[in-house]
Amino acid sequence: MKLFKKLAASASVLAMLASGASAEISDGVVKIGLLTDMSGTYSDVAGPGTITAAEMAIEEFGGTVAGAPIELVSADHQNKADISANKARQWGDTEQVDAFAELVTTSVAMAVFEVAKQQNKIALVSGAASSPLTNDACIPTGLHWTYNTRALGVGTGSAVVAEGGDSWFFLTADYAFGEALQNDVSKVVEAAGGKVLGSVKHPFPASDFSSFMLQAQASGAKVIGLANAGGDTINAIKAAKEFGIVEAGQKIAGLLVFLSDVHALGLDTAQGLQMTVSFYWDMNDETREWSRRFFEKTGKMPTGIQAGTYSSVRHYLKAIEATGSDDTDTVVAKMREMPVEDMFAHGGVLRTDGRMVHDMYLAEVKSPADSSGPWDYLKIVRTIPGEEAFGPLSESTCPTK
Amino acid sequence: MLTDLLGFPPQVLFGQLLLGLINGAFYAVLSLGLAVIFGLLNIVNFAHGALYMLGAFATLGLTQYLGIGYWGALIFAPLIVGAIGVGLERVLLRRLSGIDHLYGLLLTFGLALVIEGTFVKLFGASGIPYPTPEALQGGVNLGFMFLPFYRGWVVVASLAVCVATWYLFERTKIGAYLRAGTENPRLLQAFGVNVPLLTTLAYGYGVALAAFAGVLAAPITQVNPLMGSNLIIVVFAVVVIGGMGSIMGAVVTGLSMGIIEGLTKVFWPEASSTVIFVVMAIVLVLRPAGLFGKPA
Repeated sequence: MKLFKKLAASASVLAMLASGASAEISDGVVKIGLLTDMSGTYSDVAGPGTITAAEMAIEEFGGTVAGAPIELVSADHQNKADISANKARQWGDTEQVDAFAELVTTSVAMAVFEVAKQQNKIALVSGAASSPLTNDACIPTGLHWTYNTRALGVGTGSAVVAEGGDSWFFLTADYAFGEALQNDVSKVVEAAGGKVLGSVKHPFPASDFSSFMLQAQASGAKVIGLANAGGDTINAIKAAKEFGIVEAGQKIAGLLVFLSDVHALGLDTAQGLQMTVSFYWDMNDETREWSRRFFEKTGKMPTGIQAGTYSSVRHYLKAIEATGSDDTDTVVAKMREMPVEDMFAHGGVLRTDGRMVHDMYLAEVKSPADSSGPWDYLKIVRTIPGEEAFGPLSESTCPTK
Repeated sequence: MLTDLLGFPPQVLFGQLLLGLINGAFYAVLSLGLAVIFGLLNIVNFAHGALYMLGAFATLGLTQYLGIGYWGALIFAPLIVGAIGVGLERVLLRRLSGIDHLYGLLLTFGLALVIEGTFVKLFGASGIPYPTPEALQGGVNLGFMFLPFYRGWVVVASLAVCVATWYLFERTKIGAYLRAGTENPRLLQAFGVNVPLLTTLAYGYGVALAAFAGVLAAPITQVNPLMGSNLIIVVFAVVVIGGMGSIMGAVVTGLSMGIIEGLTKVFWPEASSTVIFVVMAIVLVLRPAGLFGKPA
């Protein structure tokens, strides 16, 4: 009996200590649920690398924030909206997850937005690209970090039109992302006086692009815009080369190309390709230092999605540190108030429509002769100021902005 | 006339027909392997896509580590992967003979997931480029389209393999044993034929066909761990349409489905990944045993 009393007393003291240490942290733990494509088409551009990136952000805090431990859970969403929604709901309902992270593939991000809205949780979107995420489809707690289709259009689209590519034909992945990318680039092309001659929607994912390429060739457009990503872009570029499309005088514009795609294609095939990037490892000492550490863990240099995941998770944790709370509304308010300052973004601003505005970069793939070795692939041609890339807040059609 | 009405010049249509034929040649070789395996082992080989992928990776490995180029790989990659198939049959599939089809399906599906998962882990999902062999680089302008020499070669090589397989099964003594094994394995065994050996070899041959298609595909797509999983479902539909276990059915259906898919890519591109399954549903309703299958 005496022993029992002692035990009970010490247990309650411990409990008080624990709760006292993190008074404002719900359940005594800050838990982040990361959903990504672990094994499919987007697993190289996002995938396991985003988990490493999120872990690197957590390590910077020594694994605890505001006295509470930080826990990261992850799952493979297989690029399927239903799987993502179920997993997110389960995490939010029964496993005390406070924020969802990464969310590559637009359909996934939109499904998780629905859950985040119902549960009032934060969604830190890095991988999904569609601009509707901070326009018609926005939610108050959905934060779109790395890039969007509008920025890609402004970067690559205007650069190609400026070089005389004034008639376009699109090969578009047949889902929300492809459509958003085609729309955003079309706007840029038409605003610059160019014309869109047509488009073909291809199944996602598709393995053979020869048929679509020949249709694009028959259109007579000067530019064939690839409104797709990952493995689809790689296969389309290969088909263009094989069928002599480029030699016959048409230009291929990859509208969403990642460093990992360039790595997979090889410089021989990819050289000269223009691409809009949110991040490149070899920009300054900070990016090089972080990317070296990333490389040591993964054997690959980071893509923009991976670097963006790091930045979004880090900023989220910064806000919890500053407020001492993991309450959704408090944290989002703080995240908006603080500028985003890290190796990914300088002076980044998180707007009320959920858009994180930061500089983007227009890059060109180096020729094999210019490259000093693996991963030395890009030359930054132009810095696109955040406001130009993402447009002013007044342009956003988000109802809750 | 019709093409003008639909707004497509005849040249575009010819090009698409030819591309359809090229893709159909892949479907034919892959579904042929499946048909051989199903005919003899009664196994729905869901690992076929993974073994096709292994064929492409074997090509890459042979070139990178042993200096054996594309032409050598055309022989050795099917042999290596075929040997792996023989091992799989001996160690795993054999144990499932005589019980429900479902177990074979589950086992091979599991194998496919394990093999593909391992390769994604090792090589990533973007794949690795494999160069087109020098002798087949470039192409010829046919007037209505630019035909890369390599794609032309794919059709020739695939059809040659299909014809050879048909000859082997329909016109040789071994083929007669194999067909007899399909009809009545017990009776065949009673005549003193080593039926277990026959089934092992048949599985090895079906797998080697998959690997052969993998070698052909390597220079076209990336050598990619997921290249098989993107294709396998379509190939299954082709086999079902042709009639499970029918060799002629697999080849003819493979080519014609390639063409139907190619035309759909022009008229209604969004439906191009679905059209084969629509055909499958219609065929199953009208002829449940498939176009070339014998009713059970």
